[in-house]
Amino acid sequence: MSNTANVQADDETGGPIGAVVVKSDRLDSLIKALRKGGYKTIGPKAQDGAVVLEEITSARELPLGLVDDQQPGSYRLSKAKKPAYFDFTHGSQTWKRYLFPPKEKLWTAVKAAKGFEVQSEVDAPKYAFIGVRACELHAIQIQDKVFVEGEYTTTGYKTRRERALIVAVNCRRAGGTCFCASMNTGPKVGDGFDLVLSELTKKGTHEFLVESGSAQGEKILAKLDGRPATNADFKAVQKAADKTAKSMGRDMPGDATKVLADNLESPRWQEIAKRCLDCANCTMVCPTCFCSTTTDTTSLDGENAERWRSWDSCFTLDFSYIHGGAIRRDNAQRYRQWITHKLTHWHDQFGTSGCVGCGRCITWCPVGIDITAEVRAIASKT
Amino acid sequence: MVKVEGLDKLMAEHPFFQGMDETSRKTLAGCARNERFGAGDYVAHEGKPAERFYFIRSGTVALEFHMPSNDGLVIETLHDGEVFGWSWMVPPYEWAYDIRAVELTRVISLEATCLRKKLKKDNALGFELYSRFVPVMAKRLSSARQQLTDMYGKS
Amino acid sequence: MSAKPHIDAMTPVPFTVTKRTQELADTFTLELTPAAAGGAPAFLPGQFNMLYAFGVGEVPISVSGDPAYPEKLIHTIRDVGAVTNALSKLKKGAQVGVRGPFGSAWPVNEAQGSDVVIIAGGIGLAPLRPAINHILANRTKYGRFVVLYGARSPADVLYVKQLQSWRGRLDTFVDVTVDHAGRDWAGNVGVVTRLIGRANFDAHHTKVFICGPEIMMRFTIKELTGLGVAKDDIYVSMERNMKCAVGHCGHCQFGGHFICKDGPVFEYARIENLLQVRGL
Repeated sequence: MSNTANVQADDETGGPIGAVVVKSDRLDSLIKALRKGGYKTIGPKAQDGAVVLEEITSARELPLGLVDDQQPGSYRLSKAKKPAYFDFTHGSQTWKRYLFPPKEKLWTAVKAAKGFEVQSEVDAPKYAFIGVRACELHAIQIQDKVFVEGEYTTTGYKTRRERALIVAVNCRRAGGTCFCASMNTGPKVGDGFDLVLSELTKKGTHEFLVESGSAQGEKILAKLDGRPATNADFKAVQKAADKTAKSMGRDMPGDATKVLADNLESPRWQEIAKRCLDCANCTMVCPTCFCSTTTDTTSLDGENAERWRSWDSCFTLDFSYIHGGAIRRDNAQRYRQWITHKLTHWHDQFGTSGCVGCGRCITWCPVGIDITAEVRAIASKT
Repeated sequence: MVKVEGLDKLMAEHPFFQGMDETSRKTLAGCARNERFGAGDYVAHEGKPAERFYFIRSGTVALEFHMPSNDGLVIETLHDGEVFGWSWMVPPYEWAYDIRAVELTRVISLEATCLRKKLKKDNALGFELYSRFVPVMAKRLSSARQQLTDMYGKS
Repeated sequence: MSAKPHIDAMTPVPFTVTKRTQELADTFTLELTPAAAGGAPAFLPGQFNMLYAFGVGEVPISVSGDPAYPEKLIHTIRDVGAVTNALSKLKKGAQVGVRGPFGSAWPVNEAQGSDVVIIAGGIGLAPLRPAINHILANRTKYGRFVVLYGARSPADVLYVKQLQSWRGRLDTFVDVTVDHAGRDWAGNVGVVTRLIGRANFDAHHTKVFICGPEIMMRFTIKELTGLGVAKDDIYVSMERNMKCAVGHCGHCQFGGHFICKDGPVFEYARIENLLQVRGL
């Protein structure tokens, strides 16, 4: 994984290797170049009133000029005053949809003379992700810890991840439910990317500062034709990042981990349960949630069998089923499981928080449960 | 017939009487006798008058429900140092189940009418006896309840 | 500590059934050997495998053989659902998919020099048998050795012949009890906790391994701590819903522990607080 932070210019006019400013129309040639290089380019697209992540073939498919208004339980897209490609923040989908697909065949088994034979399957397209936010990049790295850096590795995820090219983007605007600043996961992209784009719209220009963060990124950067980056460019990007960080409407209390660990029997869980619908939206939209289930199927003639892995959610009643009953029969217990895993146990399991502050769970919760507010409520013992 | 002094000594050795003052114990010994049951002998039958309180010195007894379709269902076995037969405390003073000696068993038994007379006269003695017996019953109830859950059964 | 599986962790390896024994009315034992050359992986006592019945599904089953002879992979299984039912129908020569071994082990090495008390209930004797085998094979390394077992009724006593042969050893104390029995049962009737007081071991210098229904574990631990056994000398085997067994699916979480990786064997002191929270 690449490891270069944003490179600073060392004089007024000069740009170092690793950073270039291109006109916004160059974005399309970047996408086309990646496609020519064999990548399946996935990027944001406006569809059915939300931003989704789909395969895109040109920059025209990007949500130019759209901004989102996200609130607890609400998501709206509208036209921005100034057209930019990336001033929306994110939609309900995350990159886990591609690296850790909702449904994946693990293997097929065929009846043989003396029993059966098993054949592993790995579906690993070469993806180029266009427009990965800082929070999302952290989320990918968090899932890496689960699927690649533990004692056991999932071959499918590992292969897709190794092949993936990441074109990140720095946020110039905070979403209505964002709190990445308090989670130290944004708004500026840190490391782990191949290229990072920072949109620059000043004085009638529309440009992108493009920086490389890996050898592969360097190669692509070298082929882009633009002008050298200046101090002013870097300053503008930093200014936008600072403004974004300051404008976030919420934050996660710093002691969330301990608060939840110390209050497993807080009456607040029952209060949340009165509102929570167990719809599992939060687990579906969360970029780090990784729970899955395995399903074994067989052909009608019984000659072939398959094992599939598919997304699952700890909010389902049978998630914890053993011996004729579920362990977490009450939805207060299930909610507690989700949030204490995310904010507390994840630290013990993987060394970081499971939350990146993207705010999706707040936006896409039909009843608008806000995890930052709930942590505060539990801490205040109300 | 063993003399009262001999019985008192045997009672003193039994865990149930640990810590009981000598006077109380000697008073109870006045209702006591030494008994012995061979393997398979019945100590008591369900429904019959419960006239004695038993302290196992050595051996094993089984608490049993007799069943129409088989010989009997054993629900507990008791061993050295344990006690059984509390029905003498509770009207109508009848045995709640059959008690069968599983092997050669030696017991000390206290006679109920004698006991009840002495307890009526001396409340402190009653306290000594009941305060020892209630924890035994509590543990029996807890164990019985665990057995009721059929925890090893089809889950 | 755990032994590593020898192939991609999500792909089952075909094993052949070399022997099938009916243990109880609803419990059977399969003896397995790898279908392809290469030998079965070593396992530690307390670990489990995911057993796959072709086309039906997978279940986590503790290994219940002898860790000194891993080439004979032995699993005692209770027929309680679709997968275990499919496994119960397998005859000699049929194949089973095996993934594993997974999980943490009974601390038989740490227990050297101490007394060891094994307390099992029902099918819980199966995950403990490898520990018993290991201790008996290295008997002089341990102090007193006690095996206490509780089952539903005499017809449900698992591994009867082995219990008798363990008891027959002069250096091992074995006591068995059932919840209820007919008159022809010459043994104990009552809860397994009542056997503890009559067993001979040094509460302050012992390790206790417990496996059985959670109710049994709770009351047994209460009895043991009441006798002065330290909470970090008591080990239990926990159970939760399991799908992947490699810490990737999230199902088996118990507090922050993955039962498949951090368990199933846990030191009681480590999980005492979690056991007290309902629906965790």
